[in-house]
Order: sequence, then C-alpha cells, then structure tokens
Amino acid sequence: MGMNLTLKVWRQKGPEDKGRMVTYRVEDVSPDMSFLEMLDVLNERLILEGDDPVAFDHDCREGICGMCGMVINGVAHGEQVATTTCQLHMRHFEDNAVITIEPWRAAPFPVVKDLVVDRSAFDRIIQAGGFVSVPAGSAPDAHSVPVKKVDADAAFDAATCIGCGACVAACPNGSASLFTAAKITHLSLLPQGQPERDSRAVAMVEQMDAEGFGGCTNTGECTAVCPKGIPLDTIARMNRDYLRAAK
Amino acid sequence: MAVTGAILVLFLVGHMAGNLKSFFGAETFNAYAEFLRTMGEPILPRRVLLTVVEVVLVAAVVLHMWSAISLARRAGKARPVKYAAKRKSQAGGYATHIMRWGGVTIVLFVVWHLLDLTFGVVNPAGWDGTPYERLAQGFDPSRWWVTLFYVVAVVMVGLHLRHGLWSAFQTLGLASSRSYRPLKAAAAVVSAVLVLGFLAVPVAVMIGVIK
Ligand code: HEM
Ligand code: SF4
Ligand code: FES
Repeated sequence: MGMNLTLKVWRQKGPEDKGRMVTYRVEDVSPDMSFLEMLDVLNERLILEGDDPVAFDHDCREGICGMCGMVINGVAHGEQVATTTCQLHMRHFEDNAVITIEPWRAAPFPVVKDLVVDRSAFDRIIQAGGFVSVPAGSAPDAHSVPVKKVDADAAFDAATCIGCGACVAACPNGSASLFTAAKITHLSLLPQGQPERDSRAVAMVEQMDAEGFGGCTNTGECTAVCPKGIPLDTIARMNRDYLRAAK
Repeated sequence: MAVTGAILVLFLVGHMAGNLKSFFGAETFNAYAEFLRTMGEPILPRRVLLTVVEVVLVAAVVLHMWSAISLARRAGKARPVKYAAKRKSQAGGYATHIMRWGGVTIVLFVVWHLLDLTFGVVNPAGWDGTPYERLAQGFDPSRWWVTLFYVVAVVMVGLHLRHGLWSAFQTLGLASSRSYRPLKAAAAVVSAVLVLGFLAVPVAVMIGVIK
C-alpha cells in the first residue's frame, strides 16, 4: 500500500571527507509522511542495520525555523513552491520515484556532515548590521510613530525570511543577495531602522561579499525557491540603499 | 554592468536608426556616414567627436566584459562542488541563463563586423569602397553565411537585452514590485524592435530590395 522509493543521498563523514552519492531503497512509505519523516524511516532502518544514519538538520518541523534545507531533485526544498522540506509531503512524489538529495552547495556553507551545512556566514552578515541600536523599548502605542500601511506590510513580508539559505543554494552565482536584502529591507522600511540605514547597507553588503558569496545577476532563481516568497524587489531596495550610502 | 550596458544600448539604438537610412538609397546612406565623421564641425576638427564616441564605446565594452568575467569567477568560487542532479530552473527565463554565452557570441561578432564593414578587410568592396558598397556587397546572397552569422548575433543581442534591460534597472535600484511588469514588457518591446531593425537591412540586401 505504501510507496517504494529509491533515494540517492549525499554521504560525507565530515568536513574533510570527499563525500559521495549513496543509493538506498525505502519501502512502504505513507504518502502522508513529510519528507523528513520519510528520512526518519530510512534512518531507523540504517540504525537497526548498524549503519550510520543520514545526518540532516531540522528543528521546528513546521516551516518556521529554516533548518531543514536540502536540495531535492535539483531544487532547493523540492519542487513544491513556498514550502520547506519539513512541510513537503510524500504525496507529491510518484511511487517508485528516484529522488536525489544533496546539501546546499556554496563555499560559504561548508558541509559539516552528510546534508548538514554550517550557515554561520548568515549570522556574521546579521552581526555586521542587521540590528537597530536605538533603545526600541516595549511596543509603542499604536499610531505614536506612524508607519504607512504599505511600508508596514512590505517590512513584515521581508521579516518572514527564516534564514534557511535556499536562495543561496538555488542561485547559479551562489549569491546571498535575497537573504541580505530581506534583512536590510525589513529594517530600512521602519522608523527604528533609519539612523543606521546607510551604514547598515554598506556593512551587510560588504560582509556578504567577504564571506565569499557570488554576485547577483538578477536571475530570480532565489525568489522562486524561497519558502517564504521573499520578493525580488528587496534586492532593488538593497541596491538603492547601498548606492545612496556610497554617494 | 548596468552603466556600461546602458551606454551600449544607447549606441545600438542610434546604430539601428542609422542603418535604416540605407533604405533611402546610396546617397542618403553615404551622406549619413559622412555626417558621422563631420559631427561637431566647425567647432571640432573632422572625426574628433566620432573618435570620442568610439573611445567611450570601447571603454564600455571592456568594462562590461571585465564585470562579466569577475562575476563569473566569483560565481565559480562560490560553488566549488557542483550539484549531482541537474538543477532545474525554477524562475523560467531562458534569456537569463545565456547572458555569458550570448556575450561571447556578441564579442566574436563585433570583431568580425568591424573587420567587414568598418575596415573592409574581409569585405569584397574593401577599404576603398563607399560605406553603401561595403554594405550591399557584404550581404550579397553569395555571402549567405555572413548574413547567417549576423542574424544569429543579432538574435543573441535581442535575448541579451531581453534580460539585460530590466536587470539594469534592478541593479541600479530603480525597479520596484510595481514596475517589474512594465519594465519587462518594455525590455521585450525594445529588444524586438532592435532585432527587427537590425535584421531589416541585411534581409533587404539578400532579397534585392537594397542593391
Ligand atoms: C562584450 C560582450 C558582452 C558580454 C561578455 C556581456 C556579458 C554580460 C553579462 C554576463 C551580464 C550579466 C547579467 C546581468 O547582470 O544581468 C550582462 C548584462 C548586461 N548587458 Fe551585456 N555583455 C556583452 C555585450 C553587451 C552589449 C553589446 C550590450 C548592449 C547592447 C549589453 C547590455 C547589457 C545590459 C543592459 C546588461 C544588464 C546590466 C545589469 O543587470 O546590471 N551587453 N552582460
Ligand atoms: S530569503 Fe527566503 S530562501 Fe533566502 S534565507 Fe530567507 S527564507 Fe530562506
Ligand atoms: S525544520 Fe524548521 S523549517 Fe523545516
């Protein structure tokens, strides 16, 4: 009754290991399982057989923490749009499908083990300027600092970025522009973000480049795979802030 | 990328409009070619303004290529290990993914094109011919392969600009969620007009409308 699948999974013992693709059969998978639950089934069997389970990152399993990144059949988080791997269900795959599973591929995201990569480069981009230094205090009374509805909505949309790194994984240039732009947009649209608007754009863009991410050529592959649908105009906004600051 | 690209686009628009003068006959076209050399007279000596334009264009091409090469090198360094599965484009937009190959095709074409119609080195009418003679004999039906190369290159330019035009606005921070649709539509229209305008002349020579 369940589905039978062939998985081709990237196995890499540690950062220094060269790594390789390994083929596994997984049987009797329920179409209602999430992709991660399907991997759990594989791992339980591997453990029983005395093998090393496939390491993959996950935490919330409800699409909000951004940990569960993997490239499924050549697409970051799989082909289902606006969906993290943990929210992807097996009913979207055919019975007897062959599924390739690889880690994010980018020099600034080194593989720790199997499908787990180190995304600290994103943390350092945030540390470079993704904050406000004004004492923001507790939530102000509504309307004490007016924010236009369109700006509030755009800032909120940008703030939904979960830092998963799918944008980098999907970009043919390995650029982190969508992530960085989401963070810059979120702050530069709000009054609290104004004092550091210029220095933030410069510091974050420079950190992004220093981490070794590639340059943006506006291919739009990032937005297409982003589980939160962060729009491409955040990158235009980042470029505008950066050029304004550089003047 | 965006600034140098914009300079080249402006040049292409002027160049296309100039080419279309060949439909008005040899005198008009040769007079136009002569005007390009005498632009700025009598304030400036002959060919000075034209040389300035040529220098700006060469600089734009070199800087544009330099930016393209450094972007490609950074991209290579940012992904040292490639994906095993073929990466499927999720964004759609074929033009976007052939920018670099399109650029290479365009460069090779520009070199040939200058040797052919500007310097006459590989042109039957040669250096001593008038611009109109070089044009009419260069695209003679017996040299169909020249015309074919021209067509391929011009289509490549069209695809390059299909992406490049709106992309330049995005790079300069001038695009926004509301302007993507009109920008992309305008990019498509401008690219199509340029392709048709550039193809009209050699096709007219091929079928004998211009001779
Ligand atoms: C010399 C050969 C050429 C090469 C190697 C080349 C290569 C490239 C590459 C790789 C890009 C980057 C993709 C991007 O940023 O969107 C690009 C963008 C662009 N190209 Fe070219 N190209 C060449 C010639 C031209 C010509 C002749 C024109 C003008 C008619 C042109 C206009 C543009 C424009 C407007 C952009 C967009 C700039 C931006 O997005 O910032 N290119 N080119
Ligand atoms: S922009 Fe989207 S794809 Fe990139 S890190 Fe944020 S949520 Fe993930
Ligand atoms: S595990 Fe948290 S987003 Fe998937």
